[in-house]
Parts: sequence; structure tokens; C-alpha cells
Amino acid sequence: MSEDYDIAVIGGGLVGAALAWGVAGEGRRIAVLDEGDVALRAARGNFALVWVQGKGLGLPEYAAWTARSAEAWPDFAAALGAETGIDLGYRRPGGFHLALSEAELERRAAMLQRLHNQAPPYEVRILGRAETKRMLPAIGPDVAGASFCPLDGHVDALRLFRALHAGLQRRGGRYLADRAVDTIAHRGGEFRLATKNGEVRAGKIVLAAGLGNARLAPMVGLAAPVRPQRGHILVTERLAPFLHHPMATLRQTREGGVMIGDSQEEAGFDNGVDTRVAAAMAARAVRAFPLLARANVLRIWAALRVMTRDGFPIYEQSASCPGAFVVTCHSGVTLAAVHATALAPEIAAGKLAPERGVFAAKRFDVPAAA
Amino acid sequence: MFRRLPDAAATLTVTVDGAPVAARAGESVAAALLAAGKLRFRDTPASGAARGPYCMMGVCFDCLVAIDGAGNRQACMVPVRDGMAIETQTGARKIER
Amino acid sequence: MNPARAVEEFYDVAVIGAGPAGLAAATVCARAGLATALFDEQPGPGGQIYRAVAGTPLKRDTILGADYWRGASLVADCAASGVHYLPNATVWSLSPEREIGVSLAGVAHMIRARRVILATGAIERPFPIPGWTLPGVMTVGAAQGLLKSAGLVPTGRVVLAGTGPLLWLFARQCLAAGAEIASLLDTTPRGNIVRALPHAAPFVASPYLGKGLALLQAVRPRIKIVRNVEALAAEGSGRLAAVRFRTARGAEDRVGADLLLLHQGVVPNVNLAMAAGVRHVWDGEQLCFVPTLSRDLASSIEGVAIAGDGGGIVGAEASAEQGRIAAFAAIRAIKPAEAASLIGAEAEARRNLARWRSGRRFLDRLYRPPDQFRIAEGDTIVCRCEEVKAHEISEAIALGCTGPNQLKAFTRCGMGPCQGRMCGLTVTEIIAAGRGVAPGDIGYYRLRPPVKPVTVGALAGLPAGDAATRAVVRE
Repeated sequence: MSEDYDIAVIGGGLVGAALAWGVAGEGRRIAVLDEGDVALRAARGNFALVWVQGKGLGLPEYAAWTARSAEAWPDFAAALGAETGIDLGYRRPGGFHLALSEAELERRAAMLQRLHNQAPPYEVRILGRAETKRMLPAIGPDVAGASFCPLDGHVDALRLFRALHAGLQRRGGRYLADRAVDTIAHRGGEFRLATKNGEVRAGKIVLAAGLGNARLAPMVGLAAPVRPQRGHILVTERLAPFLHHPMATLRQTREGGVMIGDSQEEAGFDNGVDTRVAAAMAARAVRAFPLLARANVLRIWAALRVMTRDGFPIYEQSASCPGAFVVTCHSGVTLAAVHATALAPEIAAGKLAPERGVFAAKRFDVPAAA
Repeated sequence: MFRRLPDAAATLTVTVDGAPVAARAGESVAAALLAAGKLRFRDTPASGAARGPYCMMGVCFDCLVAIDGAGNRQACMVPVRDGMAIETQTGARKIER
Repeated sequence: MNPARAVEEFYDVAVIGAGPAGLAAATVCARAGLATALFDEQPGPGGQIYRAVAGTPLKRDTILGADYWRGASLVADCAASGVHYLPNATVWSLSPEREIGVSLAGVAHMIRARRVILATGAIERPFPIPGWTLPGVMTVGAAQGLLKSAGLVPTGRVVLAGTGPLLWLFARQCLAAGAEIASLLDTTPRGNIVRALPHAAPFVASPYLGKGLALLQAVRPRIKIVRNVEALAAEGSGRLAAVRFRTARGAEDRVGADLLLLHQGVVPNVNLAMAAGVRHVWDGEQLCFVPTLSRDLASSIEGVAIAGDGGGIVGAEASAEQGRIAAFAAIRAIKPAEAASLIGAEAEARRNLARWRSGRRFLDRLYRPPDQFRIAEGDTIVCRCEEVKAHEISEAIALGCTGPNQLKAFTRCGMGPCQGRMCGLTVTEIIAAGRGVAPGDIGYYRLRPPVKPVTVGALAGLPAGDAATRAVVRE
């Protein structure tokens, strides 16, 4: 049985859900197609940071896009929260990137200086040990200093995810589970998505399928050269609040558990847990905050980031199949605000703004699909 | 509630929230608390609901108490020791303890 | 057993769990001259069924019954075999390459073994009823463990509720110890006996019939029994105060209670095996997930076997025979020259195993827990750790959630320290019923190490290696 929509979003993770909610707000009939219960789901590996500092070295437009999203987050959270009754827990106390040696601090400062020369629209300060300790009393003796950005914050990512889905439903959007897309055909001005549970037709489609975009994009004259990059996360038992700022690799959730990131491994499509990586992450966390040594780790998991060669997003619309868009990034939480409030209206209107051109996959010199 | 059979008389003393409680060498902290009439071991961090031991085999994680200053210990998995200081828990564990 | 010496980094065979299966397996391996480790998280051997058999305060009298004391000889054999027994050892990970993560006295170690035998046994089936999280509500297994390990008996107004032989066994043990039970609320559905009858013959010929009749005879005259209980709730504010129930005939009652002990069978403790990646399937008879095993009890992971209730509920005596069978297979793999000498002993173990398994199908069917106590509804808490109620799960299904892993993202259900041991089966069955799909197609939580909590400090103390360190410290 076939189903018809104005727009079909392929992928129900943080990218797809944010776009779908935004598009649904523009009054379009929209469906989100998602896989089943066991799927790679990069969204599960999110660290819930709304993070700005250090991003965009080499692409000033990305630094600006990221900062714009962080500035838009409070209104986005308020609107989504008011609509669904779900408090997203977005907080912006400013964030730290800790350095665990003088050499690390120097390298961080040098990188941020290069970034500063691009004139990003946000401030990052380098702090010495004394000032870091004043703001983070629990740091260990190895912490040499940190970079601090007042625009950095964090959110309850599970609430964000649930709110986007609830909001999508309230706006009349449909969530279709167990609809992994096998093939996409473009015929007669519409797209036909073949899935194991029936065909879905739509006037426009958005590929937000993460790693799946690599296979799907060429079907509609686009390219999404993405590869998996594994990252582990450790989470502890609930603790009384003691970390009031997020760190780039460590944060305390509102429930009280401390999340410890952040590894980057080339492991192909294997999202299993490597206890050695967890050990290295634990060691670094204990150096940053010695008090954490006694905390119990309840869960460890790994997820696959959706990585492009330069780490920046791909936003592009197809020339050969008008109405097909591809959206991929590895910062689905940070960019959720602009995805929902800036990108979604452009997709609904059928045309990306010219400024998005810098994010096209053409930058990788990938030949367009025939 | 639970009571001790004659073969299982108390042989040492622990403190529970500061008060002395008789216990027997070899039994778990949870057993000692239950024998002393204590059923509520903690209030949950999520809602403040009262909880006590349920499974007595380390599976349910409801019997969490602070032992000698360290929080979130499974009382059913720790044997008593003379002089051990046991505290029931309210809310989330403080990282310092 | 022997006082703990320092754990080694490498063993021929690592046995995990010192219940009947693990004790028997470790004994056979050690006697064959293999370097064998037996890890167990309790301070003494015996698992749950033979809990504290080497150190119980209860003298060998008539309270616990003859079956319990069988465990003493298993322990004695194991102690004499030369096995390296490590109590108070919490195993928190097992990799497909047979690397074991274990914590001893707060320090984490990584151990390798040529063969692993998982003997992690069973846990009580979740019994989600309104109020089951109140202090004063516990499992029958918990109370029986207290009797064995600490010589405590229930006192006050004590209500037993549920279905299965353990209720009757524990009731008899309490009576023998001079404790009083106010009532036993039997939730066994009337129709179960009809479904069980086709398998009555092997049961009648088995030792279970005689034991069962003796139990009923001892208990029935001395405890108030209420049969065909269809609805059950624990009530109280901050603590159990009363138990409310309704029978199939419609009779309702509410009784004051100080202790409510629940039991509706046991299910395999699958967490370590699943986290290792062992393939499991849904067993429609036992209403739980069980590993797929070969005739030699080999799992889907090479070199990892599963013996005892962890492979599907078979009972204590059968578990011991399975332990031996898994051990014979391990010996054959490591010392092939010994194979011929094992043939007789293995044949005997298999004969015994068949004998102990005969008659169990009848028990499984007779004591099959009814739907309403497995598939919770409304305000009943399903996930005790995160306090997620049944209706929240139904709402997530309505939002489009298709399975237990997506459910975590929607509700936090399953994210607590128990890692789904108290809610996993309930969640799978609620989603299956809600979507009209078989539980086997719904699946289970995706489990990963650590299957028991391990401190950040203990993890930090493990050697990480260059590759892992570079993946983390990228400056």
C-alpha cells in the first residue's frame, strides 16, 4: 500500500527529527521514515553538548553557523518545550575544554589563536590553572588550565529527542518505524521510497539517514561521502550535583549521572565496547576530577559518528532530482536549533539559501552521480 | 519483618544512622538491618520513594546504603564488620562520600 | 574452601558462578589437571540454591531439607580438586576473545582463558504488581537466602504470593523453623493443569512427584491457602501495610501485612552472556530468552559454554550434570588425548541429566505465570531503577517506539544499575502485546559491559595500551 506526503524525511535521529519538526511547522504533510529497534543510530552516541568553542577551523562559515545555532537554542528550547510540555533542560553556564598539561594548554591556545584569526563571532578565553580552579574547585593537580566559552552549554538529549517526536506528532507529522529505505526512484516529479513494509511517495525528500546517506544519496544525484568514527561514552550512577559546567569530554546530567567521553576510533561499523578505550577515558577523567575515582560506572556504550573528510556538515540539494536534499553532520544536538528554524523552512520552500553552498559535497571533488 | 533463629544470635555491633545495632559475623549488612527491624534503606534520587531490599542477591540495586562513608553500596553484598558505620540514603550519592 | 591467592592473568578454564553448575564444572576441569579459576561474587560458594552451604548458621537439621545439604558435597569435591576459587569477585565483562573483566577488592583485572564456562544461574522472574517497590515487599528467594545465610525467619503478618514449587518449599522451611505464615496466595491459573497434563507421565515417574506431594501435605493443613488469585496489589505509604487480592471467582479481600514475599518462577541470568554477544532466542515454554547451545553446551561464541540455569531453567541437579558435560568438552578441546578416558563419565552425566530433566515440562506448564502478572499495566512500575510506569511504555509505543532499545531513548527505561534484570522481560512482553508481535521478534535490551558496576578508578587502573590511549588523548 502506498502512502503520499509532501515531504518524507529519511532518518528519525536528532537530525531528521529536528528537520521534520521544523518542516511540519511550515504546514507541510510530512512523514519520518526510521529503521527498527536495532540500528546504528548515531544519535545514541550524542554527548548532549550545545558546543561552540573550537569549531570551524578552516571554514569560517561553520564557526558562524555553530554560533548562530547556540544563540538560537534558548528560543528553540522554549518553543519546543511550550508546545510539548517537555522541559529540555537546556542550560548555558559556559563550557570548559580542560588541558591536562602545559603542553596541551599551549597547543589548545595556538589552535584557538588560528581560529581567532578567522574572526569567529564568539569569545573564547584561555584560563590558567588558578582561574580554572576558582571556577571548577574539584579539578585535579594535573589540570594546567582550560579554554572557556560562555556560549557553550548542554541539554537533556533524551528529552530533546522525545520532544521533537512529540512535537512532530502534534503538528500532524507521521513517524513510520521499521521503514528502512531500500531504493529511491524519481519519477513524474515525485519520489518513491521502497521499504520492506510498503512504498512511501513524497514530493520532496530529505536524506537524514546518517551513515545510510552514503548509499542513498547517489540514488538521487547527490553524494554523501561519510564514514563511521566510533566514540565511547561512560555514564556513572546518579550523584548529587557537583559539576555545574559542561566540559568538552565530561559533563554531569540533570539526573546526576556523570557522562565521560570522548574517544575517536576508526573501527569500521563495529559499535561494540572496547574496555581498553574505556580504561583510557576513565584514566583521563580521574586526572581531571580525582573525586570521580570512587563513582560507579553503570553503563558503557559506543556509537558511530557520521564523519565527513573535513568534519563539517553536508547540506545540498539535487540538481538532477529537484526536491531531494541531503543533510548530514556529527553535531546534531548543537545544530538542532538552526536545523529546525533555519534549514527546515528552506527545505519546505524547496530551495536552500545560497549561503549553504559552502557545505555542498562538491567541496570533496566527488564526481556527481550519473 | 525478620527475626533471628537461636542458631543465629548476634555476635558484634554496628551503627545504623548513628545508633548501635546488634549483628552477626558472616551475615550481610542487609540481613543485619532487616533483623533489627529496618525495612526502608533509602529514598530514591528520582522521586524520593522509599525503597528497601527486594532480591537479596545483588540484582535489584534497591538495598543501597552508605558503608563507612562510601555511598551506594549494595547492603546485601557486604558482610558486617564490628564497628561498621551504616547510613541509610536520601537522594543521590554525594561524590565526596 | 581454599583461602584466596592472587588472581593470575591466564587460565586454561575460567568458570563464572559457583552454584551447582559452576562447582561441578570447575571440579571436573581441575581434576583433569587444567589450570582452572572459579569466580563468584558471593563470599561463599553454592550460588543461590545452595547459598551459604559452607557457612550457614543453621545446623544440619530438619529446617532446610535434604536437597539443600547436597550442595555441601559439591563444595567439598570442588575444594579438594585444586581449583583456584576466587570469592567476592565481580565479573563485569566478557569479550568474544574470552577476555574477562573482573573486580577483586575494588581493583579491576583483565583475565584471559582458553575456555570459559558461564554458570551464572537464574534470577527471580520480575513480578510487577502495584506497590511491588514498597519496603516490605521482597522475593521468596530473598527470604530463603536470608534463612540460609543469616538464620533469619519472617515474622509478623507474612504473606506469600505467586506460583511455583519454591513457595511451598519455603513455606515448609518456615514452618519447620517455627515461623508463621499468615497466608499463601496462589496465582496458578486454573487452566494450567489442563495444559500440563499431556506431560504428566514423565513427571509422575520422576522424583519431583514425591517431593511435590510431600510439600503439599506438610504445608496445606497449616497455612491459609487462597487459590486462583487473579489480581494482587501491595498497599502502604512508605512501607507495606496491606495486600489486596481478588480470586478468579470474584472474591476480593484486603489483609494487613508486614511482609509480602513474591515468586513466579526463575529465569536465566543472561546479562553477562548477552553482553558478550552470545546469541539468545525466545523460549515460548519458559517465557524468557535462552542462549542457543550445542549438545556440548557450546554457545554461539567459540570457546564459551553455558551450563546450568543460565542456559534455560533445569534445576540444581541437572545444572550440576550440565557443568560436568561442559567441563568434559573443555578438557577435550585443551587436552585431546584425554578424550577417550572421559567417555564413560560423560555418558553417565548425560544419563543423569536426562533423568533430572524428565518431568520438568509438566512443572513449567503447571506453574506458567499468567499474563496479567507478566505484562504490567497502568501505574504499575515496570523499571524500578528509573521508576518508569507501564502506561509510559504504552505511550511510547503509541509515539512510534518499536522495541526495548528505542524505549530507552523515549523513557530511560532500562538505563539503571540493574541493567534490565528487573524489567527486561516485562518490557519485551509489554511491547510485544502492544504491537501484536511475538516477543522473539521484539528482542531484548542491547546489553554491554560492565554488567555490574565498576568504579571509574578501577577502570582507570587497567592497562589501556597505545591505540586506546591515542584514541582518547588526541593532542
